[in-house]
Amino acid sequence: MSDAGTTYTSTYSPDDPYGSTSTDESGRVFTVGGGDWDEIVNAVDPMESERIVVNMGPQHPSTHGVLRMVLELEGETVARSRVVIGYLHTGIEKNMEFRNWTQAVTFITRCDYLAPFSNELTYCLGVERLLDIEDQIPERVKVIRVLLAELQRISSHLVWLATGGMEIGAITMMLFGFREREQILAILEMITGLRMNHAYFRPGGVAQDLPPGAVDRIREFIPYMYEKVEEYESLLSANPIWLRRLKGVGFLDTRGCLQLGVTGPLLRASGLAWDLRKEMPYSGYENYDFDVVTEPDGDCFARYLVRINEIRQSLRIIEQAVDRLRPGPIMVADKKIAWPAQLALGADGLGNSLDHIRRIMGQSMEALIHHFKLVTEGFRVPAGQVYVPIESPRGELAAHIVSDGGTRPYRVHLRDPSFVNLQAVPALTEGGMISDVVASVASIDPVMGGVDR
Amino acid sequence: MTEPRDRTPDASPPPQQQPPPRPRGVLGDLLAPVAGFGVTFRTMFKKVVTEEYPEEKLPTAPRYHGRHVLNRHPDGLEKCIGCELCAWACPADAIYVEGADNTEEERFSPGERYGAIYQINYLRCIFCGLCIEACPTRALTMTNEYELADDSREDLIYTKEQLLSPLLAGMEAPPHPMRLGDSDQDYYLGGASGPTAGDGA
Repeated sequence: MSDAGTTYTSTYSPDDPYGSTSTDESGRVFTVGGGDWDEIVNAVDPMESERIVVNMGPQHPSTHGVLRMVLELEGETVARSRVVIGYLHTGIEKNMEFRNWTQAVTFITRCDYLAPFSNELTYCLGVERLLDIEDQIPERVKVIRVLLAELQRISSHLVWLATGGMEIGAITMMLFGFREREQILAILEMITGLRMNHAYFRPGGVAQDLPPGAVDRIREFIPYMYEKVEEYESLLSANPIWLRRLKGVGFLDTRGCLQLGVTGPLLRASGLAWDLRKEMPYSGYENYDFDVVTEPDGDCFARYLVRINEIRQSLRIIEQAVDRLRPGPIMVADKKIAWPAQLALGADGLGNSLDHIRRIMGQSMEALIHHFKLVTEGFRVPAGQVYVPIESPRGELAAHIVSDGGTRPYRVHLRDPSFVNLQAVPALTEGGMISDVVASVASIDPVMGGVDR
Repeated sequence: MTEPRDRTPDASPPPQQQPPPRPRGVLGDLLAPVAGFGVTFRTMFKKVVTEEYPEEKLPTAPRYHGRHVLNRHPDGLEKCIGCELCAWACPADAIYVEGADNTEEERFSPGERYGAIYQINYLRCIFCGLCIEACPTRALTMTNEYELADDSREDLIYTKEQLLSPLLAGMEAPPHPMRLGDSDQDYYLGGASGPTAGDGA
């Protein structure tokens, strides 16, 4: 113990490890000038200076999968929050280096599992740019891609609305959100054969054409969904609990978003109309009439409004895309690139059509050679690297693809918006209440499959 | 990238064109905070969307990627020629094939080769469907069967016997000589007939 007012400035000495004192004056400094020790101790409120460290997650129903947050609490106020990720690392990016360019689609679709079409789209657009076949992609392929990507944007926002609502206590919203998502998943199952992880987009086109009845089903879905969005709004938009849990919570302004690299609904909810579908159109988005939804407030409620209204805008795009569908090829004409499958349904299930089999097995030796070559080895992609960003439901998503000229990717890195947006957690939560952490993290809408890859 | 339109936050009117909110009137504004109860209440009288799954099995979409099946030609010969393309295409390395030569005494498929060992490991399969897209003879197809859960690893590696489609009327269990023609070309070019032929699109 030092005497009152005296500060020793000696540094650490190896000869006398106990003899040094610290000159660090961060935190509270007590100057003890004699008296009864117990009195001095009792005069200090133990709770006031003590921070409690709480680990929220990785197994916590409100952290959207296996996200772990380390919160330092002063009472109920969050003094510091840090995000720990990596609990869902799957090695998808690395695995893609050991599969050919077409097989890699089946992996990348599993990253952000709430928007698999977005993953596939950015990857396929990248490979197509490397192959320099962008202008050969048939119009029908582009329209189908837009159509499915927008359907999936709705389903992704619905999951956000459902889970985000549930975390704040709106259980009804959870049931409603998943109820409507089920309709979209049924449409996707009808088209691709799978509810999630479709691997339906392929470099050069799509796996198979839309089945009969799919377009009608989508047309029926549009008014149904418009009506349901109205329902959500009357359920939540004026609900006092909803408003008080979200208004003014998790504020992040445009500048903060830009400095942290935050994109997507968070950025648009801070007032900046940045949407890659408008800024750098891909897959024919420049031909569609839709608005970029923005809200000025930058809080969780603004993000809710942005996502709700984006559902409406997506429905507008779907309406137009359905009208733009024209019969045509669904794969590039180049037989050295086009995936050589022509699926058809039969009594025995789904398999290659007998016409296709007759051609490759009986008529055209060249077609058979292409078939074998593409399936076993795949096509070669010229050396180079690309980065084709798209607007996923969560923000700017892009695959940075590097090719060394071989039949497999040299490296694929995914710029996943969930990963980047999670950096905003400290900015959103520090200084707020611990109960608002849940709302703030939910408003980011992170998908851990995309974060960890 | 060309510098596009002004999108700074304070630029005059925001570029969005939201459909105007439905006018609610004074009473509507007053009731807006509790309007959600109306939605909940109305939902009570709507049809329940819950599926009673184990009791009531709803059909999947026709294209659903379910359990595989190995098909036969109308005379019972196997369509699989042991080419291993399915195993090559599989991104999850779930398929194991070993081909063997057909002989005049023992013939399992038209042509030279047949799949002697055929296994699909459903612990690895990700149901992407690349195998059926790769199959050059429509030997491998996917059905809509999805109840594949089991309690042992061994049982989830399906063997050729489990995957082969059952013998239908007019089919004869291999090995036997080709009944539908003199060469394998008759099987492929003759094509679209027989119970497992499919619609051929």
